[in-house]
Amino acid sequence: MSKDERGRASRRGQPFLDEPEAKPFWANLREHKLTAQRCASCKKIFGFPPQALCPHCLASDYQWVALSGRGKIYSHIAYHRAWHPSYQDKVPYNVSLVDLDEGGRLVTNVVGCAPEEVQIGMSVEVVFEDLPEYTLPKFRPVK
Amino acid sequence: MTNLSGKCAIVGMGETVVGKRPDATTNSLHLEAIKACLDDAGIKASQVDGLLTNQPLNDSHRSYAVKLAHMAGIDPLFATDLALGGATPSAMVQHAVMAIEAGMATTVMCVHARKRSTPDPTPGHPIRRGDEHWEEPWGHFAAAGGHAFAAQRHMYEFGTKSEDLAHIAVSTRKHASLNKNATLRKPITIDDHQQSRMIVAPLRLFDCSLESDGGGAVLVTSVERARDFLKRPVAILGMGQHHPHFSLLDAPTLTTLGGKKSSELAYRMAGLGPKDMNFAQIYDCFTITALITLEDYGFCKKGEGKDFVKNGRIGIGGELPLNTHGGLLSQAHLEGQLHITEAVKQLRGNEVEPERQVANANVGIVSGHGGSLAMHATLILGAL
Repeated sequence: MSKDERGRASRRGQPFLDEPEAKPFWANLREHKLTAQRCASCKKIFGFPPQALCPHCLASDYQWVALSGRGKIYSHIAYHRAWHPSYQDKVPYNVSLVDLDEGGRLVTNVVGCAPEEVQIGMSVEVVFEDLPEYTLPKFRPVK
Repeated sequence: MTNLSGKCAIVGMGETVVGKRPDATTNSLHLEAIKACLDDAGIKASQVDGLLTNQPLNDSHRSYAVKLAHMAGIDPLFATDLALGGATPSAMVQHAVMAIEAGMATTVMCVHARKRSTPDPTPGHPIRRGDEHWEEPWGHFAAAGGHAFAAQRHMYEFGTKSEDLAHIAVSTRKHASLNKNATLRKPITIDDHQQSRMIVAPLRLFDCSLESDGGGAVLVTSVERARDFLKRPVAILGMGQHHPHFSLLDAPTLTTLGGKKSSELAYRMAGLGPKDMNFAQIYDCFTITALITLEDYGFCKKGEGKDFVKNGRIGIGGELPLNTHGGLLSQAHLEGQLHITEAVKQLRGNEVEPERQVANANVGIVSGHGGSLAMHATLILGAL
């Protein structure tokens, strides 16, 4: 295992901010912008994780575009067991799959309501959680 | 295109003792399984010319099929590691058939072992799936989470309830209670399931499978050569795979999985349908996985799994005995390798405890399922 791989393994639970395809995603989040790649050829949103060629047509030209930050819950769960020590005092906590209005899905957390209030199909909007090294997109119910 | 149905057969099978094997290693469990399989088939390692294995979850085992072959005294003309997660054991049998029919090998060992209940003392670092960094920052760490997403969707779309999933856990445990080589043998009730602690809602402890040490192997050869071995051969009648997504982020749906197309291919190859199956060994990493697969395999309509699994239908003596060995839920979790060896034993007859032998077992179906509900492989096996 290379030094780099060992470094990655030890960062379990954290995003890879320097992954070439994903670097702009994390940089834009730092400025509280939720962005995705849009294909210059077929105009579709790539989805996540980011990748070098369009998953719909394999074109290599794309732009990072701002998303509305709105979406709907595809499914949701509540972790009652902590698989990572940093979650020990957070259980039970919500994890949701959010389908974004423009396309693309994120694994994320719904905040601002109790886990049992989260419903499939519920409309949510992005909020930004600033951590020392990076910013995570999370979602709250649309009032 | 030649139909490969019935062209090859399983002529040997081996299982290690499963459960907690603190003194064993990944290497030793694989070798134990190979030895048991060779003894069962009545041949020597030198008579095997192909070896397939699962990519072990430890990076010290690169090109593991080649390494294992030589550790076991096999000089392979054909060897590779497959990496389809829990779909790998069924896929290995399929690749063995392909290699034999292509003339690349005549006698292929398909082996998988796992050291997951107690630590593996073999040096190395864990191999991971590859997309965890798009899940873990939000606290999604476990296979239980991925399958809980599917369970939540199934409950939403079809009204399935946790109590419905409990029927699978209870029936599977009953079968394990009849299996001397099973980890959890104490019968449970629907109420026990409902009282078991929540792991990742909506999945409870008794919806989840085991972490196990152990191994298993099967030996595949052409049907022409199959009579030269000690035991009654089991024909490989149908095969299929489908891998409809990679991660939760690109899954078109979580309530119909690769099992639908995979089983359609296998049924077509075999010229058989769900009603012809005398039993089913269905991958049950979680109860919901078995429920969705029963629907995808056409044993009932989509959404009707909740009723299908009740009233003894999936027990020994029922319409479709399910996971007669106790499955991943209660026997051991070896990525479904033992779903295949169990199917072989059921079809041979007189190889399992009489209380869990399926009467008139002539044809059975086996499923494999891996990754983030992503990979799927199907086998249809028949007595010869």
